[in-house]
Amino acid sequence: MTVVSSSTDPQALTMTFVAEFAAPPQRVWQVWADPRQLERWWGPPGWPATFTRHELAPGGQSRYHMTSPDGQKAPGWWRTVVTEPPIRLVIEDGFSGPDGEPDEQMPTMRLEVSFEPVAAGTRMTILTRFTDIGQLEKVAAMGMVEGMTQALGQIDAVLAE
Amino acid sequence: MVVDELTDAEIDRIFHALADRTRRDIVARTMRGDQSVSGLARGYDMSFAAVQKHVAVLTSAALVRKERRGREQLVRAVPQTLQRAGALLQRYEALWRDRAAAIEAILAEDGDLPHTPEGHR
Repeated sequence: MTVVSSSTDPQALTMTFVAEFAAPPQRVWQVWADPRQLERWWGPPGWPATFTRHELAPGGQSRYHMTSPDGQKAPGWWRTVVTEPPIRLVIEDGFSGPDGEPDEQMPTMRLEVSFEPVAAGTRMTILTRFTDIGQLEKVAAMGMVEGMTQALGQIDAVLAE
Repeated sequence: MVVDELTDAEIDRIFHALADRTRRDIVARTMRGDQSVSGLARGYDMSFAAVQKHVAVLTSAALVRKERRGREQLVRAVPQTLQRAGALLQRYEALWRDRAAAIEAILAEDGDLPHTPEGHR
């Protein structure tokens, strides 16, 4: 995997992340479509995700929770807006209330994902659009809990090159 | 400037302020140089009062500050505040780096099967 580029626009509240994988687009699409594969990478380090519902089709709903190192559950949801396998995917992601259903008070973010065949395999581009800080703050807080794990992971990645 | 120093209320104000296109544009203009409120107002198809209101929202979020120079109200950027918003976005970016590494690990398990990307297109 190569991170091709990554940029944030604080004024527009967007983040664009581009990475390449040594597998064809159909295969990279599967890590989004198959809930068993999805839950292995969606949660930040130390916060494994469990998807209890996953309908990757326009208008489809997903329900998941991420479990913190001390056992706390952070429930979330997706609403799939666009699916063009294995080219393009648009989803809305948000946090749920304790009942696991979408919390209307919490802001959502929109993820526009594209999969492009390249010589190396697949170029995956993710544009995240934040409408509010609440979501970002919550996600950022999770990342911080396992900040040390992240740092160690990055060292491993460098050594593996 | 450490992002953790921001209170929830401060962060809410910053992102509420930046959620509006006109206010983002005002921030961009003040980043390029000080602006007078009347100068800003000429740049938008809205009343002077409406522009003043946008500037007030940006001021309360500490993205700009107002200074009086003679008869003019100058609007001046506070780039440090925008840097704080940027730092939050960077943390989110780090999350995607971790996710991409985890996806790669999943894909690497296919390793035993000879994969030919071209053949799948």
